[in-house]
Amino acid sequence: MNKISDDISKDLKDQPKFSSDIGSKDQDHHSFELGEQTTLKKIQHFLHGNPTIVPVIILILSVIGFGFIAGGKFFSAFNLSLIVQQVTIVGILAAAQTLIILTAGIDLSVAAMMVLASVFMGKLSVEMGIPTLPAIMVGMISGVATGAFNGLLVTRLRLPPFIVTLGTWNIFFALVIFFTGSQSIRSSDIEINAPLLHFWGERINLGGFVFTYGAFLMIGIFVFLWFLLNKTAWGRHVYAIGDDKDAAELSGIRTDRMLVSIYAVAGLVVAIGAWVSIGRVGSVSPTSFYEGNLDSITAVVIGGTSLFGGRGTIIGSLFGALIVGVFSSGLSIAGLDVLWQRFALGCLIIIAVGIDQWIRKVSN
Amino acid sequence: MEPILVAKNLSKKYGKVVALDDANLELYPGEVLGVIGDNGAGKSTLIKVLCGAVIPDSGEILLDGKQVSFTSPIEARTLGIETVYQNLALSPALSITDNMFLGREIRQKGFMGKFLKFLDKKAMAEEARKRLSELGLLTIQNINQLVETLSGGQRQGVAVARATSFGTKVVIMDEPTAALGVKESRRVLELIGEVRARGIPIILISHNMPHVFEVADRIHIHRLGTRLCVIDPKKYEMSDAVAFMTGAKEAPAN
Repeated sequence: MNKISDDISKDLKDQPKFSSDIGSKDQDHHSFELGEQTTLKKIQHFLHGNPTIVPVIILILSVIGFGFIAGGKFFSAFNLSLIVQQVTIVGILAAAQTLIILTAGIDLSVAAMMVLASVFMGKLSVEMGIPTLPAIMVGMISGVATGAFNGLLVTRLRLPPFIVTLGTWNIFFALVIFFTGSQSIRSSDIEINAPLLHFWGERINLGGFVFTYGAFLMIGIFVFLWFLLNKTAWGRHVYAIGDDKDAAELSGIRTDRMLVSIYAVAGLVVAIGAWVSIGRVGSVSPTSFYEGNLDSITAVVIGGTSLFGGRGTIIGSLFGALIVGVFSSGLSIAGLDVLWQRFALGCLIIIAVGIDQWIRKVSN
Repeated sequence: MEPILVAKNLSKKYGKVVALDDANLELYPGEVLGVIGDNGAGKSTLIKVLCGAVIPDSGEILLDGKQVSFTSPIEARTLGIETVYQNLALSPALSITDNMFLGREIRQKGFMGKFLKFLDKKAMAEEARKRLSELGLLTIQNINQLVETLSGGQRQGVAVARATSFGTKVVIMDEPTAALGVKESRRVLELIGEVRARGIPIILISHNMPHVFEVADRIHIHRLGTRLCVIDPKKYEMSDAVAFMTGAKEAPAN
C-alpha cells in the first residue's frame, strides 16, 4: 500500500511540471524534429528505406571485380548465360524461401519438397504410363500439400518453423527414397516417355546468350510474387505477420490461416521449381539438390531479407541468387579451389546479415 | 440521455481469483470516461471484456441499447468498438497507409480489384491523409512513410486515426501516454479532445492522474473488482480520487 501511494504521489508531483508545459503547446507540438544527422546515419536511413540497394551494389561490384580478376572469360556470353542457368533452380527455391522468411519463419525443407514433387512427376509419367500433364499436376499438388503441411504444423502445434521444417525435411527425403528405391529416373527414359518434363530445359539463343526457358520462368515467378507482395492485401499481410504477429492479429488478420496459405503458395512455387529442375538436370535423382535448402536461405539473406521477418524484397532474393552464381563462377574461373568459393560465400553471408542488423538499428 | 455502451453485472474469475465482481460501466455519447483503479483492481480485465479480449463468466454488454457478445477483439471491432492498445498493435515495417487499412484494405474497382485483387493504393493514401488531417496530424509529411520512422506520439496518432476511421462507435484507449514524453503526451491529450469533438466517446484507462483529470468528463473508479463510484473531476481533487482508489477514504454514494 505504501509503495502504491508513493507512486501516486510521484504522479501528483509531476502535475505542476505538466501544467507549465501547456503554455508552449501551440508552438511546437506539431513539429517532429529529426535532429542532426551524420552522413553515416543518412546512409543507414537510406538503406533502411531501400533494402534492395545493398544486394544490387554487391552484384555490380562483384561483376566488375571478377571482370578484372578473371578477364574476358568471365564476361563471355557463354559464361554469363551459364551463371543464369545455374542460378535458376536456387533462384526459384529462394523465391519460395523469401515468402517464409518474410513471415519470420524459415523453411529447411524446400529442396526436399522439390525433389519429392519431381519424383511424383517422373515416376507417374515415365514408369507408370500416366500422361505427362496429369503427372505434373500431381507434382504440383504434392508441392502445395507438403507446403500446407508445414504451415499446419507451424500454426496448429505452435512449433517453431525451424523445428517443423527440420522434421519435414527428413520426412520428405525419406519419402523420396521410399518412392524411388534410391533409383534415379534416367534422362533418356524421360526423353522417350515424357519429353514435356524437359520443357523448361529447352534453350534459346539471343545474340550469343543462351537462355533456358526455365530462366524466363524464374524471372516470371519473381515478377508475379512481386505483384502479389506489393499490390495485394495478401502480400501486405505477409509483411504484417512477419513484422509483428500479435499486432497483425489485433488488426483483424487471421494470421494462422494466412500462414498456412503462405506455406502453401511457397509449396506451389517449389513444385514449379521441381518441373524446371527436371529440365535442368535431365534426370530425376533422389539425392540431387541436397544443399538446395541452405543455398536458398543464403540467396535470401544475401538479398537483404531479414531473418527476423517483415523486412526485405522478393527481387532482392533474385539478386542474392545471382550474387552467389557470380561468386562461384568468378572464383572458379579465377582458378580458386571450390573450398575458397565456400569460404567466400560464408563471409558474404555473415557480412550480409551484419549489414542487415546495422540497418535495422534505425528503428530503435 | 441513453448511454451508448453499458456493461451490466460483469463477473470474471481466474481460478480462485476474482477479477471482476458484478462490475458495471456506462459510457455516454460524446464523453471521455476515465477509468482508474489500483493495480489488481480489475480494471484491465474490465477493459479486456469490453474490447473482446476476455470473455466474461456472466453479465451482459449493451451497445446502442442492444445486447452484444463477442469472442475476439475483431468481432468487437466489427460492431464499432475500437481499441488503441498500449503497444498500439501497429506493424512498424509497413507504411502509415498500410497500417491504417491493415485487414480492411480497399481494392481497386473492376477487373483489377475483383479478380487480380489489386489494392487501390491511391484511394487508401487519400483516405489516410484525410483522416490524419482531421485529427490535426497532417504534419506527418509522407503518408507512405514507414511507421518505425515515426516518434512515439506520431505512432499514437496513427493508431488513433485508425481506430476512429471505420464507422467507430466507441474508442477504448489503454494507457495512451504511458510511453511518451511530456510534449508528446500533451499532443495525445489534445488528440483525445479532437476525437471527442467529432462525437466519438472514449474510454480512457490511465495510471496518470493529471492526464485523466485533465481530459475526462467523468471518472470511473474501480476497486476490488467492481465499480466503487463515478466522480466528476471538477468537484474532486486528485488526492480524493487516490484516497477512494486505495480505500483510505469513504467513496461518495452515487
